[in-house]
Amino acid sequence: MELVIFLILFPFLAAALLAVVKNNNFRKAVTYVSSIAIIAVAVIFSVQWFMKGETLTLFENVTAINNIMLVVEVLLMCLIVALSFKYKKYFVALLSVAQTLLIAWLELFGHHASVPQTHIFVDQLSIIMVLIIAVVGTLICVYAAGYMTDYHHHHKEVKDRRCFFFALLFVFLGAMFGLVMSSNLIWMYFFWEITSLVSFLLIGYTKTEEAINNSFRALWMNLLGGLGFAIGIVYATLELEISTIQELVACTNPIVLLPIILLAFAGLTKSAQMPFSKWLLGAMVAPTPTSALLHSATMVKAGVYLLLRLGPAMAGNFAGLMVGLIGGFTFFVASIFAITHTDAKKVLAYSTISNLGLITACAGIGVSETIWAGIMLVIFHAISKSLLFQTVGAVENATGSRDIENMHGLIRTYPMLTAALVIGIAGMFLAPFGMLISKWAALKAFVDAGNIILILLVCFGSATTLVYWTKWLGKILAFSGKMKVCKNVTSADQWTSLGVHAVLMIAVCALFPVLSKYALLPLLTTMFGAGATEVLTGSSVVLVIVMMFAVFIVPLLCYAFSKNAKIKHDLPYMAGINVGDTRTFVDSFGGSKKLYLANWYMTDLFGEEKWWKPSVMLSVAIILVCIVITIGGVI
Amino acid sequence: MSGVMIFVCIAAYVILAPFLGGLLAGIDRKITARMQGRQGPPVLQPFYDVGKLLKKQTSATNNVQMLFALSFLIFIIFTGALFFGGFDLLLIFFVLTTACMFLVLAATSASSPYSNMGAQRELVQMLAYEPMVLITAVGFYIATGSFKVSDIVCAEIPAIIILPGVFIGFCYILTIKLRKSPFDISTSHHAHQEVVKGITTELSGKILACIEIAHWYENIFLIGIVGLFFVFAEWWGILLAIAAIAITYFIEILIDNTNARVKWDKMFKLTWLVTMIAGALNILIIQYVL
Repeated sequence: MELVIFLILFPFLAAALLAVVKNNNFRKAVTYVSSIAIIAVAVIFSVQWFMKGETLTLFENVTAINNIMLVVEVLLMCLIVALSFKYKKYFVALLSVAQTLLIAWLELFGHHASVPQTHIFVDQLSIIMVLIIAVVGTLICVYAAGYMTDYHHHHKEVKDRRCFFFALLFVFLGAMFGLVMSSNLIWMYFFWEITSLVSFLLIGYTKTEEAINNSFRALWMNLLGGLGFAIGIVYATLELEISTIQELVACTNPIVLLPIILLAFAGLTKSAQMPFSKWLLGAMVAPTPTSALLHSATMVKAGVYLLLRLGPAMAGNFAGLMVGLIGGFTFFVASIFAITHTDAKKVLAYSTISNLGLITACAGIGVSETIWAGIMLVIFHAISKSLLFQTVGAVENATGSRDIENMHGLIRTYPMLTAALVIGIAGMFLAPFGMLISKWAALKAFVDAGNIILILLVCFGSATTLVYWTKWLGKILAFSGKMKVCKNVTSADQWTSLGVHAVLMIAVCALFPVLSKYALLPLLTTMFGAGATEVLTGSSVVLVIVMMFAVFIVPLLCYAFSKNAKIKHDLPYMAGINVGDTRTFVDSFGGSKKLYLANWYMTDLFGEEKWWKPSVMLSVAIILVCIVITIGGVI
Repeated sequence: MSGVMIFVCIAAYVILAPFLGGLLAGIDRKITARMQGRQGPPVLQPFYDVGKLLKKQTSATNNVQMLFALSFLIFIIFTGALFFGGFDLLLIFFVLTTACMFLVLAATSASSPYSNMGAQRELVQMLAYEPMVLITAVGFYIATGSFKVSDIVCAEIPAIIILPGVFIGFCYILTIKLRKSPFDISTSHHAHQEVVKGITTELSGKILACIEIAHWYENIFLIGIVGLFFVFAEWWGILLAIAAIAITYFIEILIDNTNARVKWDKMFKLTWLVTMIAGALNILIIQYVL
């Protein structure tokens, strides 16, 4: 139990310390020590928990903590209102006031008839999330230690508020730990709101006009979800006397569908599903650790975590329909947009939204197989995406650009960074890596669940997904003869983080059967009873492992073989107008002109100008229809 | 299927497929020539061609093209081996995607204008056919209850009876996979290329020989999928499959010789349209009927 308290509170303490430390080296030291402490405790906690093997429920009498939370919520509301007024975004203030007052009213005046409830609840899913947050999240903080030094070196126009930045990173971690281990709905809501606020502050770090606008967009979208969350809690407490999420999911009264669909709505906004995807795309203006943290390990995982918890309760009803359709549609649409962008971070952002869509769809169907696939996706995605964002950040620091078109020849100029990128990209879509396994399982599960629309969305989405990743891979693995290795400017902190991520990714891929058997199967049995089965078993697992070795060994063997084959090196074919090197050709005046090779982005076919508005309209329609029908059914 | 059977099937594929594939390519060229009113090369010509390629000096723009071409070959062999070994069809298709990715990488790594164009077009081709390929796997699952090829071949009725739309959709994209007009936009076996030789522009000598042999393996795998629609528990299912393969392949050659190449966006739009109408509609219907 002490470890739980440590995990939740220690990051806040570390944040407080970091808020006042001005010296960069001392800051790095505090970051490293805190990160190691958090990882160590998280691992010990997980191991201890697995050895005991029981779900943990704690804290029955917590009035003092509840009061503290209430005070903090009101303070946060005041902060948001103040900032909203400062930047003239009044409706944001409205959203914040509405939900905070609602929850405050509930806490103070709503009856808590059957009070003794568990407030902390830890099962396999919580442990998986704790490990992801602890390992991936803290590694991002380690990465940030090195990255932010470079960042402020390059961006002298941004005011150095690093104390604030690092403090916020750790507050984020603390809030996430609180969220995934909370059982009480109001506690979950509290941590949820903290994550909304922190992401708002982090996105607006550079204080440019674009950053401010994007941060407020993130805030209002998340607050809208928060409002839904608050209304759901109030309804559940008053009409059903439910105060924990476990009770909510287990409830069989048909009117529970309303709070469930409202909480699902909150999950959708936090996970940046359509139509709420714009905030995550806008988060790119922030320094890379923010994007990495928000997009991979923490913030968006909060949303899908909630959806996965709600999963069993959404099977076969309108909440599940809404979540499933939005998820599948987002998976497809976001991957289309990813094809049209050259900004690497934007591609990664769309890819995140797309993969979250797949996880969301898995949660929406809500059967054992899809939850299995969803949790696997969460794990693999957290690691790969964090790796990718950090690598892109390192590339940006080294080359000055994060445009994919400028990454031609990266294999020659920065081979180690390219290796990290290749591992990350391969992990995102190639057989036999994690995401592919999960997508395979998800597709099987969808077919079993009989949802043809989702199946079609996944099939089409898979096609579009492979295009943008392969394009990028092709770009970084291409080079021209004259390119040479450039000096490494990436700091050791960043390499530590990248290295650990890469190793973790491969390890988790190789060990997924172990993960499935000892972590997921027991969880699914608890959630669904004896019928729960793993999706991929027996020969399929063997095949995947064989393929994993193949994907590494085959290219190596081929490389060894090709080294001995006597290959004559020649210039690329340019129909006779070669100048003598691979980058220029003879133009019609007889002079030499530089050659540019660009990837295809097909903006007129897939561009946002064409498809953004219709996608938003369709997704809004789906959400509205499902919520309205649910309200109608409940009243 | 027992372990020994699996091993025998895989070994048969790995050893025999290049010979069958090359023969198929040769027959293809002969029939094409006759359709065009020519004599045509000898049926064994593809083997002579690959033999010559292997003897030629390999020229490349960098060191990694060979690596990617070989990886492409090995993963195609792996795909076919998995298929004839009776494993999970969905995984097989995902492995095929990995293999095709290596081909694209072989082309892009050359940093050559025509090669790059070919690679981008190849990506559009993959974009066009991938949904149908996955829908085919899903169709087999809904029709027979299993993704495993070893189960599908033991079904009670030929899958074609339940999956006619999926079959038509698959044959439509087969035109793309076999690199036949009107969809041979990234590279073609005929002389009428647009961007020199597209994706294989910078590949020569032993590297090009790898690609050719890989295409033979791939073609045997693809006609295997065509046959999968017809094979079932009865012994004469295999005869039915062989007949269907022959007819389908002949029709593909006919389509090749009677159609001009279309632009890439038209190919893409048409293919997705056919995928929706033939493939998606088919599985929608059987999902609700079965």
